[in-house]
Amino acid sequence: MALLEVDKLNVRFATPEGEVAAVNDLSFSLEAGASIGIVGESGSGKSQTAFALMGLLAKNGRASGEVRYAGVDLLSLPEAELNLRRGAEIAMIYQDPMTSLNPYLTIGDQLTEVLQFHKGMDNRSAVAESIRMLDAVRIADAGKRMGLYPHEFSGGMRQRVVIAMALLCRPKLLIADEPTTALDVTVQAQILALLQDLRRAFSTSIILITHDLGVVAGVCDSVLVMYAGRVMEYGDARSIFQAAAHPYTRGLLHAVPRLDRRHVDATDMNSGRLNTIPGNPPNLLALPPGCPFAPRCIDRTTACLQAPPLEVFGQGRRRACHRAIGDLTDLGSPLKFTP
Amino acid sequence: MNSRPLQTAQPALLEVRDLKVTFNVGRTGLLPWASPRLLRAVDGVSFSVNAGETLGIVGESGCGKSSLARALVGLNPIAGGEAVFRGRSLGNLSKQQWQDVRADIQMIFQDPLSSLDPRMTIGDIIAEPLQVQRPGMGRREVSAEVERVMLRVGLLSNVINRYPHEFSGGQCQRVGIARALIVKPKLIICDEPVSALDVSIQAQVINLLMDLQYSEGLALVFIAHDLAVVKHIADKVVVMYLGRTMEAAPTNVLFDSPMHPYTSALLSAVPLPDPELERNKAVQILEGDIPSPVNPPSGCVFRTRCPKADDACAASLPMLSAIAELHNVACLKAHT
Repeated sequence: MALLEVDKLNVRFATPEGEVAAVNDLSFSLEAGASIGIVGESGSGKSQTAFALMGLLAKNGRASGEVRYAGVDLLSLPEAELNLRRGAEIAMIYQDPMTSLNPYLTIGDQLTEVLQFHKGMDNRSAVAESIRMLDAVRIADAGKRMGLYPHEFSGGMRQRVVIAMALLCRPKLLIADEPTTALDVTVQAQILALLQDLRRAFSTSIILITHDLGVVAGVCDSVLVMYAGRVMEYGDARSIFQAAAHPYTRGLLHAVPRLDRRHVDATDMNSGRLNTIPGNPPNLLALPPGCPFAPRCIDRTTACLQAPPLEVFGQGRRRACHRAIGDLTDLGSPLKFTP
Repeated sequence: MNSRPLQTAQPALLEVRDLKVTFNVGRTGLLPWASPRLLRAVDGVSFSVNAGETLGIVGESGCGKSSLARALVGLNPIAGGEAVFRGRSLGNLSKQQWQDVRADIQMIFQDPLSSLDPRMTIGDIIAEPLQVQRPGMGRREVSAEVERVMLRVGLLSNVINRYPHEFSGGQCQRVGIARALIVKPKLIICDEPVSALDVSIQAQVINLLMDLQYSEGLALVFIAHDLAVVKHIADKVVVMYLGRTMEAAPTNVLFDSPMHPYTSALLSAVPLPDPELERNKAVQILEGDIPSPVNPPSGCVFRTRCPKADDACAASLPMLSAIAELHNVACLKAHT
C-alpha cells in the first residue's frame, strides 16, 4: 500500500467574485521513500494542493475528495487528530523561512516545542535531540546557536533550521513548497543535497512543489504538471523530461534557457530565441471552456472546447490532451522568428 | 552565424573603472562620535560595454550587483573610481546633469508591479519620461510616441487608460520596458528583469529584450542571478562576489572554461532540466554563507568558502588579470 494516496482532490475557494476552483480532480499516489514533484506556474494550484493535504487551507477554502495517508483519510479527520499527525508524521517546509519561524522565540525554543508536544520529551532530552538535528542539517556550533533568534541567521541557515524542525519527529512524509526559491544557487545546491541525504537516511517521502524544472529533474522520481488547477501530465521524471506528451509540458521545457546549451548571438534570430508560450495564465474566475490551456496552445483544435480527460498511456503515465502524441508540434527546433 | 566582434576600435559606450559604491551603516560604538562603519557594496569593479552589446552581471544576493546598477543611473552615489558614458564622467553629477544622462541610460527594475506608480494609468507612466526629457513636446506627439512603444513591446493600445494592478507581472514588465524605451536610450540597465516572472512569461520578456536590442541597437547591462538566462542573453559576463569581480570573459569562454573556483562552483550548482545530466553531474558544494560586506575577509574575499584557498589567499588581494585574451580572473590559484 502506498504511503499517501490522493484521490480526486478538489479545492474550492468562496470569494466575493465567485467560486474559484483552485485544484480539480487531482490524483496521485506516493510510495514510502519516493519523491514526487508538482510543477506549475503561479495560479496553477500547486501550493493549494500542499495546503489542502496539510489541512491548512484559508478559511474560505474547502477541500473535497480523499487524501489517504497510511489508510486514514486526512480530509475527514477532526482537527485534534490532525494535529497529532501534522509535524509528527507529516511535515511541511515553506518557501520563505523567515515567515515560518516565530521572530519572538529563539530557534531552540521553537525546536524543543515540537518534541515536547509530539513526543512528550522533557526539556533536557528535547534540547539534546534538537542539537543533534541541527548537526544533521550541518549547522556548525549547534549548541551555541540554539539561543539565537531567527533574524540572526542568514537565509540559507534559516531554511536549514526549518528543515531541521520539519525532520525532528522523523516524519514519513515531507511536503516542501518551493523550499529553495528564496535562496541563492550555491545555497540551493546545499539544501537539495541535504534533502537527498536526509531522504536516504530517514526514508522520508517527499512532495516537492516548485516552478524550477531543474530542481525537479534532480530530486524527483515522478512529476505532476499542473496548469490552472488541473493536471496536464503525470509520469516518471525521466520520461516526462525526455518525451513530454503534453503541449504545455513541452512548451515549458523549451521556454527555459539552459546552461547545457551554447550561447548564440542575438543577431542569429532563429536559434537565438527562446520558445515562448504565448499569452498569459488564465484568471481562475473566468476560465475558458474546455481545456484551460487551449487559448495558449499551439496544437489546439475545435475538440479542445471540451475538457480532455486525464488518460492513462505508456507505463503508468497520464496526460490530458485530445491530440495524439504524434500530432503534437515538434519543438525540437525553436519556433521561427516573425518580426 | 554572423557574430559581432566583442571589441571594436571605437571607444566603449560605457567604461567603468575601479568603481566603488559604499554605504554608511551604523557606528562602530554607541558613542555619537564613534566613526561610522562602511559597507563596501561595490569595491573596485571595472568593465566596458560597447554599443549594441549585452553585458551580463551575475552573482548571489549581497554581491553588489544591484548597487552597481543603481550607481550607473545615479540612484546610488559613486564613492570612488569612475564610470564614463560616451566620454562623460558619471561621478558628481548634479540632479539636472543626471536628467540629461537618463535620456541615454534607462533602467528596468526587478519587481514589475512595485516599480510602477499604482495611481497612474499605463499611458501616463509610459509618457512621463518623455514629458520630463522633452518638455516642449506636444500632447498629441507624446501620445503617438506612447502608442508606438506600447505596440513595440506587445501592449495593445486599448489598455492605455488602465492601472498597473489590472495587469499580470509579465504585462507590467512590458510597461516598464516601454517606459525605458520611449526616450530612445542607448543603454538600458536591467536589474533582474525576469526573475519575478513565471517561466513561460520569462521567455516572452527575454525574447522581447533581445528583439529590441537587435532592432534599436541597444546596449544592455543585464543583471541576474539566473546563470542560464545570462548565458542566453549576454555577449560577455562579469561574475561578482562580495563587491568584487571574480572573473570576466566573453559568454562562451566563461561558461565553457571557468577559471575562478567561484565561477565553477556557481555553474555546477545550477540544476539542469534533464534528469540524466542533473543526476550524473558533480556539484561543487560551497560550505557556509557569503560573509558580511561590512567586515569582509582579508585578502581574497572568496577564500572563506573556496576549496582551493590557502594562507597566500588570506595574505594578499588577487588582482583581476588576463589569463587569455579578453578573459580576466582574480585568483592566485588560477594562474598556476
